Amino acid sequence: MIPGLADIPFFPEEAGNSAPQVDAIYWALVGISTLMTVGLFVVITCFLIRYRHTSEANRTMLRLSPTYLEVTWSTIPMIIFTGLFVWGAVVFVKANRPARNATPIYVVGQQWYWDVRHQNGRHEIGDLHVPVGQPVQLIMTSADVIHDYYIPAFRQKYDVVPGKYTSLSFTATKPGKYRILCSQYCGTDHSLMTGYLFAMRPDAYQRWLQAKDGTGTESMAETGAQLFRTFSCSGCHGENTGVHAPSLAGIYGNSVPLQGGQFVTADDQYLRDSILRASAQVVAGYKPIMPSYQGQISEEQAMQIIAYIKSLSQPPAPAASLPVPNSSTP
Amino acid sequence: MPRESASHIPEQFESRAQQEEADALGIWTFLSTEILFFGGLILSYSVYRVSYHAGFAEASQHLYFWIGTINTFILLTSSLCMALAVHSIHDGDVAKLRRYLVLTFIFGAAFLGLKLCEYYLDYREHLVPSVNFDPSHFLHPHAAELFLFLYFAMTGLHAIHMTLGLSALTYLYFRARRGDFSQEYHSPVKVVGLYWHFVDIVWVFLYPMLYLINN
Amino acid sequence: MSSASTTIEPSPTGPPPERHPVTPDYLNDGYGLRSWLTTHDHKRIGVLYLLSITVFFFIGGWAATMMRLQLLSPHGDLVTSETYNRLFTLHGVTMVWFFLIPSVPTVLGNFVLPMMIGARDVAFPRLNLLSWYIFVLGGIFTLYATISGGVDTGWTFYTPYSTTYANGHVIAMASGIFITGFSTIFTALNFIVTTHTMRAPGMHWFRLPLFVWSLYATSLIMVLATPVIAITLALIALERFAGVGIFDPRIGGDPLLFQHLFWFYSHPAVYIMILPGMGVVSEMITCFSRKRIFGYKFVAYSSLAIAVLGFIVWGHHMFVASQSIYAGMIFSMLSFLVSIPSAIKVFNWTATLYKGRIHFHTPMLYALGFIGLFTIGGLTGLFLATLAVDMHVHDTYFVIAHFHYIMVGGMVMAYLGGLHFWWPKISGRMYNEKLAQFSAAIIFVGFNLTFFPQFILGYLGMPRRYPYYPPQWQVFHILSTAGASVLAVGYLLPLCYLTWSFFFGRHAPPNPWHASGLEWNETSSPPIRTNFEKLPIVTREAYDYPYPIQKDA
Repeated sequence: MIPGLADIPFFPEEAGNSAPQVDAIYWALVGISTLMTVGLFVVITCFLIRYRHTSEANRTMLRLSPTYLEVTWSTIPMIIFTGLFVWGAVVFVKANRPARNATPIYVVGQQWYWDVRHQNGRHEIGDLHVPVGQPVQLIMTSADVIHDYYIPAFRQKYDVVPGKYTSLSFTATKPGKYRILCSQYCGTDHSLMTGYLFAMRPDAYQRWLQAKDGTGTESMAETGAQLFRTFSCSGCHGENTGVHAPSLAGIYGNSVPLQGGQFVTADDQYLRDSILRASAQVVAGYKPIMPSYQGQISEEQAMQIIAYIKSLSQPPAPAASLPVPNSSTP
Repeated sequence: MPRESASHIPEQFESRAQQEEADALGIWTFLSTEILFFGGLILSYSVYRVSYHAGFAEASQHLYFWIGTINTFILLTSSLCMALAVHSIHDGDVAKLRRYLVLTFIFGAAFLGLKLCEYYLDYREHLVPSVNFDPSHFLHPHAAELFLFLYFAMTGLHAIHMTLGLSALTYLYFRARRGDFSQEYHSPVKVVGLYWHFVDIVWVFLYPMLYLINN
Repeated sequence: MSSASTTIEPSPTGPPPERHPVTPDYLNDGYGLRSWLTTHDHKRIGVLYLLSITVFFFIGGWAATMMRLQLLSPHGDLVTSETYNRLFTLHGVTMVWFFLIPSVPTVLGNFVLPMMIGARDVAFPRLNLLSWYIFVLGGIFTLYATISGGVDTGWTFYTPYSTTYANGHVIAMASGIFITGFSTIFTALNFIVTTHTMRAPGMHWFRLPLFVWSLYATSLIMVLATPVIAITLALIALERFAGVGIFDPRIGGDPLLFQHLFWFYSHPAVYIMILPGMGVVSEMITCFSRKRIFGYKFVAYSSLAIAVLGFIVWGHHMFVASQSIYAGMIFSMLSFLVSIPSAIKVFNWTATLYKGRIHFHTPMLYALGFIGLFTIGGLTGLFLATLAVDMHVHDTYFVIAHFHYIMVGGMVMAYLGGLHFWWPKISGRMYNEKLAQFSAAIIFVGFNLTFFPQFILGYLGMPRRYPYYPPQWQVFHILSTAGASVLAVGYLLPLCYLTWSFFFGRHAPPNPWHASGLEWNETSSPPIRTNFEKLPIVTREAYDYPYPIQKDA
C-alpha cells in the first residue's frame, strides 16, 4: 500500500562517520548543478522568446572572436572541477583508511548471503552487529562471484572479490538498525542478499558479543589452531618436524623475502594465498612443495587459520590487524 | 555490375588515384583494429607474466622450442615471397606475381601444418587446459595452466588469421590468372600484402613472448 | 528556397514536384526484395538499418516495460527473479549494441554522410552492405540466445559469474555481440576512408558540417575500441566452453582483468553512442536558428577531444572494485576533464541561438530537449566522477538515472530529431507537424517522470538489478513506471505517423527547411541513386545562413 507522505523517505539517514562528509559534497554538487541547469534554462528561454522568428528584435552583433568566451567557460568549470575532485578524493581516502585500532570483523560473501564472524568466534548470517563510536574494519572475501557490501546509511560500499581480501572501514555514529544490500549483481537472488547492520552502544555490544547462542564458544584463533592441526599444517610448520618449512611464529606483518629477490609483507592476503595457492609466492630458500588447499579449506576456515597465525605474533592477547589495503594484486 | 578490372573504376570513385588512396587508408585502418584485437591478448599475457614470473618461465620450457623457431623462419620467408609478389606486379610481371603468390601460399601452409603438428605434440604431453592438462608436471601448476590457456588462445587466433590470409592469397591468384592486375592497377595485391606482413609481425611478437622466456 | 532565407516558409501542398524523366529516385531505382537485399546504395543500406534497429528498439523497450511493471510493487510477482535478470540483460544488450551504437551512424550517417561531403557513395559500398548483413547475423545470434532461455549476467558480463556460475546461453549471446562488433568496425572504417578521400573539390576539412566531424570522431573510437570488447567476449566464451580460463580466481586469474578489458571498450562506447547525436544537434540548431554555429572550430575539436579523453577514463567504473586508490584518483581527475569538451558544445549551441531567428519545428524541439536533458545527465556525471560520492551511489539507481538522461534524454531525442529533420530526404514525404510536435512533448514529459525519481532512489540506496526492494521506496517506482507508460506512447506515435507519411504524406520539396548543406541544396527529395546529377564544387563555408548579421565595431 502507498504509505502516507510523512513516511516517504527522500533522503537516507546519516549513521556513519563518513556520511556527513559525503553528504556535504553531494549538496555542493546539487547546488552547482541546479545553478548551471537553471542558468542555462533561463538563458535559453530568453533567447527563444526574444529571437523567435516572428519577433523583430535587433539581430546585428559585433564581430567577435569566440576564443575569449571559449577559454573562459572552459577554465572556470575546470577550476571548480579541480576543487570538487580534491575534496572528493580526500574524503574517499579518509573513509577507506582503517583506523589503527580498528576491530576486525570477517565477512565472506557467497550466493546469496553474508557470513560474518567476529574475532571471539561469534557468528552471524546476513546481519552485522557493531559498536557505536569504535572503529571497525570489515575484512571481506567472496567464496564464489563478485559481491558488494553496501551500507547506505554510512554512504559506503566496497566490492567483495573472490581470490582477494578487500575491506570496508567505518565508525558507526548513531545506534540503530540500518540496511545492508548486496550491490554487485551476483545471480538469481542478488536482491535478496540483504541484511541489517545493528549499531549498538558499547556495553550492549559487549553483552551481545559474549552472549551464548551456540556460536562464539571459542575465538577464531582457537578454531584456527584446531584447523592448523586437522589440516596437518603443523606437520611441516610445527616445531621439530624435520621438514624444511618457514616458521610462522611472528611472521604476521613482517617482511618476507621471496625467490626472485623481491620482498613482500606477510599480511592477510599473503597468508591466504600461501594456503590456497601455495606455489605463487614461495619464500626464498625453500622448495615449492607446499600443496594447495584450494577446495579443501573454505574461505571462512582460511580466515580462522590466519587469525591463529596472527596470534603467534604475540603472547596471549588477540593480535591487532594490519590494515587490509584495497588495491588490486593479481 | 561490372567487375573490378584493369580498366574499370568503380562508380563511387572519380579516379584511379582516389581508389588507390582509399584502398591504402582502408587497409591501414583495418590493421590498426587488428593491433587492438591482438593487443587485448598481449596485455592479458603481460599482466600475468609479471605476476607469475617463475610459473610462466617454467611452463614455457615445455613448449616445442624448435618447432616455434623453424616456423618463425618459414613465416619470414613467406613474407619475403609476398613482398616479391608485390614488387613483380609493380613492374607489370603477372607471371612472376602468380609464382610468388604460390610460394607465399606454400610457406604459409607449411607454417600451419607445422603448427598443427605442434598442437598434436602438445596434446600428447598433456599440455592442453580443459582437455588433458596434467598439473603434476609443474612446480607452479596454476600459472602453467594460465600460460597454456594464453598460448593456445594467442597462437590459435594467429592461425585463424593465417588461414584467412591463405584464402586471400587464393583469391588473388585466381584474379591474377584472369588478368585483373597490371602495372597500372594492382591495389588488391598491395592490400593483401600489407595484411600478410602484419600477421607475420604479430608472430614476431608472439614467438619471443611464448618461446623465449626463462628465469 | 535557399538557405539564405531568413525564415522557413510552410511547405507547399499540391501535386508532387516534377521529377527528372530519366533518372528515378533511389527508392524507385529497382523494385523488389532482391534489389534491396543486394543494393550497394548507401541510402538503401541506411533504410535497411532503420528497419532493423527499430525492431531491436522495440524488443529492448518491451524488456524495459516488463521490468517497470515488475517494479510497481516491492515484491511483485509479475516475473520471477530469474526472468527479471534475463530481462535487464536483454534490455542492456539490445539497447547498447543493437540500437544506440548503430542508430545515428548507420541510419542517418549512412544516408547523409556521402551527400554532405559531395560524394556519390561511401568508399566501399559492398563492405557497407556486408556490415548490415553482419549486423543482422549478430542480431540473430542474440535473439536465439534470448528465445532459447536468455542470459542473466547483465550486459556487463562480469567474471567469474559469467564464466563459471551463470546458467544461460552466454556463449551464444557473447558470439552475437562479437559478430556485431565487426559490423561496427567496418562501418567506421568506411566512414573514415570516405571522409578522408572522397570529399568534393573545395570541401576542406573546416568546411565540413559538424555532423561529419562527429561521425569521424565516433568512427575513430569505434575502430580502436571495438576490437577490445571482441577479444574480451571471445575470452569469456572460450573460458566458459573450456571450463577454465584467465579470469578464474581458482587458478590465480584476476576477475579485475576482465573489468579493465571490458571498460576499456565500454567507456569509449558511451561516447560512440552520444557523439553522433551531438553532431545532429549542431545541424538542427543552426538550421532552425537560421544562424551559423558559434565557435565552429571549437565544436569540431571538442569532438576529437572527447574521443581521445574518452579512452583514458575507464577506471571510474571501478572506484570500489579493488582498484588501487592512486589509479582511482587519476581516473577521477580525468573524468572531470572529459566533461569540459561536452560543456563547450552546450555553451556553443546556446550562443548559436543568440540573435538568430528561431523556429520551433519538430527537429528543433528535439534539439532543445537534448540540450536540457543532456546537461542534467552530464552534470550528474560529475557526481559519479567524485570519488567520495561514487562510493555511495555506485551501482545504484543514481547511475541508471544518469546514463538514461544522456542516452535516452540525449541520444534518443537526437536520433528522433535527426530522423524528422532528414525525413523529407529519406522518404520524399512530409510528416504531420502538429502530431510530431505533440509527440516530442509527450516524450519529454514521460522521460522526466520516468527517470528523475530514480536519482532520489539511487541516493536513498536502491541498488541496480533488483526485482525486489524495500517497501518504503515504492512511491518513486510508481512514478517511474507511470512515466514509462507515457514515454511508450510517445515512442509509438512516430512509429505510426512516420510510417503513414512514407506512403501517404505530402510530397516534400528538395529543401523544406531551407537548410544549408550539399544534401539539401544539390539533391532532390528523395535523391537519385548517385546523389548528384553533377558533382558539386564547394566554394562556401559551412552553415551558410543569413545570421549572424555582423558589423565591425
